[in-house]
Amino acid sequence: MSLLDQLQQANPALWSPEWLPRLPQRLVEILLQYFGAPDWLVTLAGFVVAAATVVAVFLTGFALLSLVERKTLARVQNRIGPNRAGWFGILQPVADGIKMLTKEDIVPAKAEWFLHLAAPVLIVVPPILALGVIPYGREWVPVPLELGLLFFFAAGTLTELSVFMAGWASGSKFPMLGAMRAISQMVSYELPLMISALGVIMVTGSLSLPAIVANQAGFHLGFIPAWNIFTPWGLSAGLIFYVASIAEANRCPFDLPEGESEIVAGHMTEYSGFKYALFFMGEYLGLFSIAGLGVTLFLGGWQAPLPGLGFVPSWLWFFAKLAAVIMSYLWIRATFPRVRIDQLMRFGWLCMIPMALLTIPAAGMWELCNRSGHGVLAWLTVPLLLIPWVFLTVLYNRRLAPATRTYTFADS
Amino acid sequence: MNTPSINHLPAPPPLRRWSLPGWGLLQGLWVTALNMVQSYYRKERMTTVQYPEERAPISPNFRNFPFLCYDGSDPVAGLRCTACSICEKECPPQCIYIVLDRDEAGKSLKRPKVFDIDLTVCMNCGICSEVCPFDSIYMDGQYELSTDDRFGGLLFGLDRLSKSADYHMQLRPEQATEIATRRKADEDKKLAAQAAKAAKAQADKAKKDQEVSESQPQGESA
Repeated sequence: MSLLDQLQQANPALWSPEWLPRLPQRLVEILLQYFGAPDWLVTLAGFVVAAATVVAVFLTGFALLSLVERKTLARVQNRIGPNRAGWFGILQPVADGIKMLTKEDIVPAKAEWFLHLAAPVLIVVPPILALGVIPYGREWVPVPLELGLLFFFAAGTLTELSVFMAGWASGSKFPMLGAMRAISQMVSYELPLMISALGVIMVTGSLSLPAIVANQAGFHLGFIPAWNIFTPWGLSAGLIFYVASIAEANRCPFDLPEGESEIVAGHMTEYSGFKYALFFMGEYLGLFSIAGLGVTLFLGGWQAPLPGLGFVPSWLWFFAKLAAVIMSYLWIRATFPRVRIDQLMRFGWLCMIPMALLTIPAAGMWELCNRSGHGVLAWLTVPLLLIPWVFLTVLYNRRLAPATRTYTFADS
Repeated sequence: MNTPSINHLPAPPPLRRWSLPGWGLLQGLWVTALNMVQSYYRKERMTTVQYPEERAPISPNFRNFPFLCYDGSDPVAGLRCTACSICEKECPPQCIYIVLDRDEAGKSLKRPKVFDIDLTVCMNCGICSEVCPFDSIYMDGQYELSTDDRFGGLLFGLDRLSKSADYHMQLRPEQATEIATRRKADEDKKLAAQAAKAAKAQADKAKKDQEVSESQPQGESA
């Protein structure tokens, strides 16, 4: 029996587009088995190849996003954006990489050199760990963990450690201030982020991300996807998750940790060259992972948005949704100015957390009523969520500044 | 009391007391979306000039580095400069260096043998063109002067400084026309004066001849 026949026999669907992203992993596993490798080696090699696939995909995504972001921001400002390196600036990420690599690496004299070196290396690790548990397709879950969501949040929290490591080890004031801001912001916004995910866990009854996606299969009324975002509590929790994820990824308008006009570059002030690039890599990978989790929790993961579209490989749907969410991040970055630190904290603690807490009873009520056959009663969750939303938004939209400003010194 | 605003901008419209929560955010998002989409098909939105490929037209008032003007097509014979060294003396950073051209006998040829301007020293003030009595030196409109030759490339000699009057006309038509008219008038006046002088000389000569012819017979008779 030839090797190819054996491959075909081991997995008949191996060559289907659905299996394409896992093809390298399966090929390595089958090859090792064919040559009589022990089981532990086959499993280990399989995981290594699966991890390498994810890292390769998202590092390409990082390079692409850095270009797309600059192009989009340029278009919003009626410019063309990078268009010199290669066709339409397609080689700009390569040029950026070469520039970063050839820059001088400066370590301040007062820096803790080891921590200063370790911080940018470690900041790339948590997002990659977190990316490992996300179900990208029906057949493509790099690490199918039972407690995937818990692992995701646990790994994601490590980012704060390296941010503070960078701020403290730089031995300088701006990085320290930036790191303290970053910690307070990330801790504050991690709460609504996790609490808004609780509703999904309750409804699914599982912490496993593939199970959460499977729970969102099917369509209401034949065309509305049964995604969590299309329920009252899901919309509320999804909005909170979205805003909190922007803050968690340190994106504009919540990019206070690296507020250029205030504290130079925050915890990255004392970094140069490739270490600086690693911070950006970590930030963008974190963006991918948090947006991927949002897609998984609320937008149905790899589920197709309309019935009859099942023939498209499921991982394509996942990446289409991911791209849409990331583009919305860019849109928001291009639109809103940075908020103040006190506004950020007040909004986080006084608006986001209470609203996130409210989504838990709402999710419970919705699910209970629907399962016990009282579907009409489930719509009571709409006023339950809407009234506090309107109350809080009106409260936060009230004008604190006087109607006419008087300048005591400037106008006289 | 109505004190004027310090920056004299029109007063902003009065803020509404109440608006739909989040309405301002949506308005902002709409503006940026419009900007992005329209930048693909509305030419007037993309105002940036793509510099190396295209250049914005420069104003006639743009003045950068001096050049020497010459008439006709020969940059040596037509050069207006007489090496009078007024510009050299007036130049505040003293970036002009002139050597007068002389023949073997040491007589001035009224033209420069060497005329150098150091680009790195010149501060583009234009005083040389103000003081020149021979309409010879003007400020140029050239701004792409960078070079990889640190010494020779930044020292402009006669060969690179000499530019024709046509170039001046193209660069700054109003000024060049005025100067051309004045120079022509001067030339005409000079020619007329010469003609008058020649006529007078002829008349004088004729008179003298007559006098001579009148006196000769006397002499003959004497």
